[in-house]
Amino acid sequence: MTAPAIELVGVDKSFGPVHANRDINLRVEKGTIHGIVGENGAGKSTLMSILYGFYQADRGEIRVNGRRVRIPDSQAAIALGIGMVHQHFMLVEPFTVLENVMLGAEGGRLLRGGSARARAELARLAREYGLEVDPDAVVGDLPVGQQQRVEILKALYRGAEILILDEPTGVLTPDEADQLFRILDQLRAQGKTVLLITHKLREIMAATDAVSVMRAGRMVATRATADTSVEELAELMVGRRVLLRVDKGPARPGEVRLRVADARAHDAQGVERLRGVSLEVRAGEIVGIAGVAGNGQSELLEAIAGIRPLSAGRIEICGAPLARPDPALARRMGLAHVPEDRHRMGLVTRFPARENAILGYHRAPRYGNGPFLDQGRVLEACRELMAAFDVRPPDPHLKTANFSGGNQQKIVLAREIERDPEVLIVGQPTRGVDVGAIEAIHRRLIELRDAGKAILLVSVELDEIRALSDRILVMFDGRLMGERDAAADERELGLLMSGVGAGRAA
Amino acid sequence: MFDAAILILDSTVRLSTPLLLVCLAGLYSERAGVIDIGLEGKLLAGAFAAAAAAAVFGSPWIGLAAAVGVSIALALLHGLACITFRGNQIVSGVAINFLAAGLTALLGQAWFSQGGRTPALGPEQRFGELSLPLAQTLADVPVLGGIWSELISGHSILVYLAFAMAPITWWTLGRTRFGLRLRAVGENPAAVDTAGISVARMRYLAVACCGALCGAAGAYLSTAQSAGFIKDMSAGKGFIALAALIFAKWRPIPAMFACLLFGFLDAAAIRLQGVSLPVIGSAPVELIQALPYLLTVVLLAGFIGAARPPRAGGVPYVKER
Repeated sequence: MTAPAIELVGVDKSFGPVHANRDINLRVEKGTIHGIVGENGAGKSTLMSILYGFYQADRGEIRVNGRRVRIPDSQAAIALGIGMVHQHFMLVEPFTVLENVMLGAEGGRLLRGGSARARAELARLAREYGLEVDPDAVVGDLPVGQQQRVEILKALYRGAEILILDEPTGVLTPDEADQLFRILDQLRAQGKTVLLITHKLREIMAATDAVSVMRAGRMVATRATADTSVEELAELMVGRRVLLRVDKGPARPGEVRLRVADARAHDAQGVERLRGVSLEVRAGEIVGIAGVAGNGQSELLEAIAGIRPLSAGRIEICGAPLARPDPALARRMGLAHVPEDRHRMGLVTRFPARENAILGYHRAPRYGNGPFLDQGRVLEACRELMAAFDVRPPDPHLKTANFSGGNQQKIVLAREIERDPEVLIVGQPTRGVDVGAIEAIHRRLIELRDAGKAILLVSVELDEIRALSDRILVMFDGRLMGERDAAADERELGLLMSGVGAGRAA
Repeated sequence: MFDAAILILDSTVRLSTPLLLVCLAGLYSERAGVIDIGLEGKLLAGAFAAAAAAAVFGSPWIGLAAAVGVSIALALLHGLACITFRGNQIVSGVAINFLAAGLTALLGQAWFSQGGRTPALGPEQRFGELSLPLAQTLADVPVLGGIWSELISGHSILVYLAFAMAPITWWTLGRTRFGLRLRAVGENPAAVDTAGISVARMRYLAVACCGALCGAAGAYLSTAQSAGFIKDMSAGKGFIALAALIFAKWRPIPAMFACLLFGFLDAAAIRLQGVSLPVIGSAPVELIQALPYLLTVVLLAGFIGAARPPRAGGVPYVKER
């Protein structure tokens, strides 16, 4: 039996307080396609970055073809025959395909000799693996699927025997994804080893020989693909978590406060992220959107909040259509938005708490004094918010970055709820929040529901969705896969989340 | 009329030379993703170093070496601040301008006690004018002779160096490994890093090239164009070169023409000083001098097609998340 292409023993990596990889063991056989699945944040990308020399493991051992190796940088990884196709392409967009492929492997001080060789080599690779790309095309002008081919060509040109693909289908159309898998089959047929990282279980079942599951930084299982099922993988991936208990009475839904009709939206790369989403949220209910991160939930929240323009469809807040994508307008119509990423969108962490406590509402007459802010009233308002939401320490002057994650989140939540909105949309309300604060935040959301507000909750924490929601919608690949009630079986939800059971639309 | 035109064009070449050297200097740095507001300071420091060394050691070549050395040192200081310590590139560049303005005046006074000037240089301490072959013989041939012997011939070696550097830079960027990597590091440093090339090393090399060319420009100012260093003698040329760089959209050959255009405007302004023109009266010299900046602003506003700067310009490269 030949030595495995890659063997990891006890690999461990932390970023400050975040323990991204814990004691990882992995064995990848030569000439196979090996899948690695896990939710976003499970540590897959970190692990692969360690293999590619982008990060250094704190502990543990890497063996390539049975030999123990050190991979201090990408150069070393390339020398060991490891190639990587990053999730965000590492391409120089104004360069041609040829220039991108040659970069770092120019074959001499002058480009001329090397470029003739690269051109010939590209033609050969195109024949052998069906990787056709025009070598003189400017990469920035190519569609995403072609750009990805350039990434694969870059790795092969450097003599990669082991190819790592990090979430390769995230940006591809289904058609392009099919082409990619055909290319991977070709690569395997030629004896290359492929490591495929994804959170899409269907791809794993369709394309791989073996699969390893990561959860919360640990490698929890490895299976031969033939011996496992989507159900088992979904369960391993999501894991059985301690169920959070939230005391709540039955919902008393009133009239529709938020309506999304056939909404479609694209991301910056032009990929359609919302593919016709329709939903309604009534006064006095919490509607939860479950799904693996990156399936359009963020875009949905942004569209409703007026941050992201829709390419089709409409949004109604309290019965009136949102005329244009304008967050201030959405707010005036009665919407409040707790963004998914408080650091990126919810807070200016360098500001003191009192400024963040009014951010976005700073034009309100009650904080103003002509063109000036009334600092006294701002301070007072901040103190009230901090008392009402038990923000610790209750110091309005403290720089927001110095609060714990939970208390930062309370500041955002307090600011948004305090205006007494009719509709609240909440993304990942308890991400990076300690247990005590989770409870407090959950209690708040239930109180708000009981006060007759309409709440749309997006979370990747299935338990949170189950604990809080009156109705659960499952989102996958920009579409709603179905509606279940709060008592729905976790495995059933997990399957919907991985795109199985399509056809039963909401 | 023809003679006047030749004269203006001749002084255009002389005035364009420092602009071109500094502009190409900025091009190396900025195409690698390091914005350089400190061109002016490096030019000034180079001019001072060249004049001081030439005065003390009696050779313009030693002056040139000193200018290049000092200017590279300042460029590496900028690199240390922006590449290694990931500081703000604008702030560092401005600091270098102040540093150069202050230090040249201070050291000039301390060393030579001539109010910030360096001693006047004799002919053997300066770069003289090179007479190209046949310049004498052809001088009397109409048109062609004037162009050859007045316009093309009779400049210092640094002028020829400057105008040779434009195609050399074009070739370096487009045809060599160094150029490919340099351009890549200015567009997407992460791509360069994952290709196994050190981003920091490439950027340091680029700013060193920038320093060397700024030094040559400084030496031209004080040991070829003039005969010694005068306080603040760079007089904003570093900024005009920066404007030319933007005007040329960070490309070497257009940079040469942009510098020639700006040099021509300068030459015309000098020539028209005090000249009374029909209809408008005295020539609007200040307006002509402001034209480089006006043209650049117009270009930046997008009238002549958008100038797309290197994408990673001004952004320190951080690998860890």
